[in-house]
Amino acid sequence: MEPKKEALLEIQNLSVSFRMYAQGLGQRDLQTISQLYLTLYPGEVLAIAGSSGSGKSLLAAAVLGILPPNATVQGRMRYKGQPLTPSLQNRLRGTELALVPQSVAYLDPLMRVGAQADGHYRPRLTEKRKKLFQRLQLPAETERLYPFQLSGGMARRVLVSTALVTDAQLIIADEPTPGMSLEQALEALGMFRELADKGKSVILITHDIDLAFAFADRIAVFYAGTTLETALPADFIAGPEALRHPYSKALWRALPQNGFQPAPGFQPYGDSLPKGCLYAPRCPYKTQRCEKQAPPVTQLRGGEVRCYYGS
Amino acid sequence: MKRPITRLAARFTRHSPPCPFTNRQVGRAQAIHKKSRRAPLVRSLCGAALKILSLLLAVTIISFGLVTASPTDPVGQYILGLGTAVSPEQRAEIADYWGVGQPPAERYIAWLSQLFQGNLGESAIFRRPVAEVIGQRFANSLALMLCAWILAGITGLALGCVMGMYQGRLPDRLLKKLCYFLSSVPAFWLGLVLLLVFAVWLKWFPIGFSAPLGMLGQEVTLWQKLYHLVLPGFTLSLTSFANIALHTRQKLVNVLNSEYALFARARGEGPLTLLFRHGLRNILLPALTLQFASFGELFGGSVLAENVFSYPGLGSAVSAAGLQGDVPLLLGITLFSALFVCVGNGIANLLYGVIDPQIWEVGK
Repeated sequence: MEPKKEALLEIQNLSVSFRMYAQGLGQRDLQTISQLYLTLYPGEVLAIAGSSGSGKSLLAAAVLGILPPNATVQGRMRYKGQPLTPSLQNRLRGTELALVPQSVAYLDPLMRVGAQADGHYRPRLTEKRKKLFQRLQLPAETERLYPFQLSGGMARRVLVSTALVTDAQLIIADEPTPGMSLEQALEALGMFRELADKGKSVILITHDIDLAFAFADRIAVFYAGTTLETALPADFIAGPEALRHPYSKALWRALPQNGFQPAPGFQPYGDSLPKGCLYAPRCPYKTQRCEKQAPPVTQLRGGEVRCYYGS
Repeated sequence: MKRPITRLAARFTRHSPPCPFTNRQVGRAQAIHKKSRRAPLVRSLCGAALKILSLLLAVTIISFGLVTASPTDPVGQYILGLGTAVSPEQRAEIADYWGVGQPPAERYIAWLSQLFQGNLGESAIFRRPVAEVIGQRFANSLALMLCAWILAGITGLALGCVMGMYQGRLPDRLLKKLCYFLSSVPAFWLGLVLLLVFAVWLKWFPIGFSAPLGMLGQEVTLWQKLYHLVLPGFTLSLTSFANIALHTRQKLVNVLNSEYALFARARGEGPLTLLFRHGLRNILLPALTLQFASFGELFGGSVLAENVFSYPGLGSAVSAAGLQGDVPLLLGITLFSALFVCVGNGIANLLYGVIDPQIWEVGK
């Protein structure tokens, strides 16, 4: 991370909420992303780690501008210094922004995967896609198959290829590796790394923290729809002392190789978020201040943390 | 007199299930396919033929039973049709020849054995073999139904796509109301209104028949035939097209709300690309199935439409046969319409196996 570079993607104070119909005629807002800050530089792989329901996939949808119509977006997003408006998102989707979705359900069930991976832009990128399939160890006849004929790992690799076939500046990969063998996962992530080394940027949403350590430049820790800490992989390897936020420390301790100790309590749901710091209800170090107002983002030892007492 | 007959006709013609793509049907199609991996088409064709045969047998039993139970007097109607005085002895002879007084089961078996030899009997009102009457009338009906079928299929699909793409917005809401209106309007009423407006007031179209009056059959041009087809064909298509449009809309809405459509949007596909690249591909299969399964409704509708427009097709023949107690013709048309609807449904069922790659690719 070199601060002098201009950020490719800058997200400030982003909130996404959904209007839901509650019982009867009442409506309520479900806040799924709250005051999120995220900066991504060219040539960087940023891993986003966090438990299920922490808003990781919705962040991807918000950046691409493909949220459902009942979603409200607040806050600022800038792409290459320009405000990321819906019309800009429209122009960038599929050309500069690419998504690697989560599952085979994101492929058209009645279309051969080769034609799908080629994309709809002309001229068709068939030659490039064929090479990609080869690199991703997909047999040549895969292109003639329909999605339901793919194994889980093959489907993921096809999905990865849909993003790599474009010349996207920013690739958002939403859990691209489950179902792949370790070797295939390393190959896929290696390709992301390679792209980043060529100056592109990758957001890697993942549960597989170990793989993220190996390929990411920074790791953002998500909790209840916001980033609590941005750390370097080395910090995660070094242990709780190197981490800045109490939640990251708890997350580290909860990893199987580090003792497998769960932290008490639950992640709050979008309709009952705490008023101040989102982690306060579970935090052992909380004070009155934490419950009143969420702490701002502070730079700390080459990372960022949202905690009054970050260490 | 008219009510029970139309009901009878409806019973045999409205045989298609209301929604052709229930999970059960898909499951069944897949199950049939699994059983017959080696030669899926041949085996499912044989299975379908067997089903049709057994169903037709059931239809013969039920319709024969109904006619036997009905108070119509076929002998009296036959004699009435002869137009000459018949002495009581001659009448008894005719009744004896037709097996009056024999147990119904015996008469049924006699009728069925004639049926298997291809003898459908002679129509009392047309004084010609039933098979010949059906053949000629069906040619007219087929032209009518084909026009309506194609028109309804194309406009239904197109309007369904428009509604699906504007889901929840003004064009969708307006068209949806129109479709609800059209699908709840009975065909004969719509036919009368169209007749009143376009034939009586505006005089754009003839008020009935399949050709100009007072012309010999050979002199009628194709253009004149088509001209006479417009109003009845339009009436018939209007009632079934709303159904197709609403089904198409729902299916397209499902497709556009799917995860693969979301991903396609994430890859930069606009609404039209989305429709042509993924939408049509995924709605075409259920739409085609629905098309073929609508044969029953089409036939039921044609009975009403043909009567309103005095169109000399099978539908008007069946009501004439019913009203005038022409039992051989009535039974013949009942059987024929059951076969017609069965073939439509059979094609719909087979289409699943033939064009859905998710079914046939497994068999490879």
